[in-house]
Amino acid sequence: MEFPVHAPELTCPAGGLPALKAAVDNGADCVYVGFRDETNARAFNGLNFDAATLREGIAYAHRHRRKVLVALNTFPPAAKWAQWTRAVDLAAELGVDAVICADLALIGYAARTHPELRLHLSVQASATNYEAINFYHDHFGIRRAVLPRVLSVAQVEHTIARTPVEIEVFGYGSLCVMVEGRCTLSAYATGESPNCQGVCSPAKAVRWEQLPNGMRTRLNGFMIDEFGADERPGYPTLCKGRFEVQGETYYALEEPASLNTLELLPELVRIGVRAIKIEGRQRSPAYVAQVTRVWREAIDRCVAAPSAYVPAPAALAELNRLSEGQTQTLGAYSRPWR
Amino acid sequence: MTMRLALGPLTYYWPRQAVLDFYADVAGAPVDVVYLGETICSRRKELRWDDWLEIAQMLAAAGKEVVLSTLALIEAEADLRLLRKMAAQGQFRVEANDMGAVNLLARREAGPPFVAGPTLNVFSERTLVPLHAAGARRWVAPAELSAEMLAAILAGQPAGMESEVLAYGRLPLAYSARCFTARHYNLQKDSCEYRCLGHPDGLALRTREGQPFLTLNGVQTQSAGVHSLLAELPALAAMGVDVVRVSPQAAGTLEVVDLFRAAIGGALDAAAALARLEPLLPGSPCNGFWYGRPGADYVRAA
Repeated sequence: MEFPVHAPELTCPAGGLPALKAAVDNGADCVYVGFRDETNARAFNGLNFDAATLREGIAYAHRHRRKVLVALNTFPPAAKWAQWTRAVDLAAELGVDAVICADLALIGYAARTHPELRLHLSVQASATNYEAINFYHDHFGIRRAVLPRVLSVAQVEHTIARTPVEIEVFGYGSLCVMVEGRCTLSAYATGESPNCQGVCSPAKAVRWEQLPNGMRTRLNGFMIDEFGADERPGYPTLCKGRFEVQGETYYALEEPASLNTLELLPELVRIGVRAIKIEGRQRSPAYVAQVTRVWREAIDRCVAAPSAYVPAPAALAELNRLSEGQTQTLGAYSRPWR
Repeated sequence: MTMRLALGPLTYYWPRQAVLDFYADVAGAPVDVVYLGETICSRRKELRWDDWLEIAQMLAAAGKEVVLSTLALIEAEADLRLLRKMAAQGQFRVEANDMGAVNLLARREAGPPFVAGPTLNVFSERTLVPLHAAGARRWVAPAELSAEMLAAILAGQPAGMESEVLAYGRLPLAYSARCFTARHYNLQKDSCEYRCLGHPDGLALRTREGQPFLTLNGVQTQSAGVHSLLAELPALAAMGVDVVRVSPQAAGTLEVVDLFRAAIGGALDAAAALARLEPLLPGSPCNGFWYGRPGADYVRAA
């Protein structure tokens, strides 16, 4: 297996300045962040950046010749348009390396108002095929698109061959089983969604009910799961609960598991993936440091000798320990989803 | 102007003859617009392209405005080939449910205007501007849009753009690369044995307490509750909504169409219409999204 090798940019999450520094220190090429409001899809309490911390974060990253990307990937409602455009303006003024957007109008605004600002298409835009990606390229000049976690490796390759836009894929982290940007499950149960409020299964709708012999979890009253004393109770993300269908109770949508594509890395490099995204702006700086370090080592080794690359067993074990529910999956990249 | 009544695309997978019989009945039903085609799963092929076109011609001859709806999730080149075919035919409008479809429709040299489907995430009138420039002349509100947000968009939407709102049926909540019906039967998606055929109204999903919650429909997840804005029709009309959509369920769809027609025309008041709707519902009613609440909530119109 020999081919022209282009190292994909390792793109890591940061929910705050310590995580940003941890990502930079451990070898991230890019760090993606959000502002402290509903302009991004991780609008969680106590998370994200204001102007001052982002300025400091950008200075830190740029000093180390790394990039900072700002996610502005929710859909601004008519009445709050100015809040989103101010966020774009602020990102441009602070000198971020790109903004990651989903809404057609916001992308248009950024392209018109800040023509020098690099535009990435967020996974929330649900662009799963090259005709969709090329629409944003031809009309707004987007430079990179993050693919929803729905395509097989062959489909990603097919897409890359047919677009001038750089392709970024998810490499590791919590897994949305639904097409990003096309999921209203959280809004149906709680009234708040990733598209509009930047949250999924929000903490304020969660109830943990202690049982004599275990734990029951609810989301705005809907029972999401129940755990015995021998089970580790998981956060009640709606699509990862156990439900009953035709008399059978099981993970009807998806098991709580993390996506991990470490073993696919040579394939992703070969087909020309330009960036690999690590999910988890809500995770701790220690988590970001650990995952970033594992992936930095893997990418460097893979790019140096792609045909010799196999994932290090220690790296796989480390990522496995960090995984949600301590299980991992290749998601749509692999056959069980097909 | 009186609101027009649309029948949304059939979201479930029915045997061929059941589909043909259904649309033969639709020809005589009081709907103005009929959306046709497979929007959920590219593996569903009881009807082929030519079959859909034949139904389209039949309904057009019966005086209906026919719109061909695209898949919501376009992954494979084969999906794009079908899109290109839809874009190339110039007779019927197309409902674009993916930006790839918007791109193909925008690039045509000629053709009728298109409909921007409910999956395109229109949450502001500004988002409609590039869609209008691409050739859209009607947009369908996303499921989670509230009355308040809708009113704000309608006040500023581009001239010549029509609006459409889902007013009856299970809510389309999510799409996935994964097939949940196949998963239920421990089958792979690409060897699913077409199990959706056995569930003409989807597969009911309940919480472990037995509360109806969701409906599995192949790669799509719907609500268990049946969204209804029957009692809110006067508010929709006052707001200036052009088209209201009824989404087909396995039973009673044309009776529901009759009720909506009577309510739109003022032949039936809200209370009387609701009383007649309730026995037809395949689940509990819901309408929370309209009121800016969780979609599963049900608010009785005052």
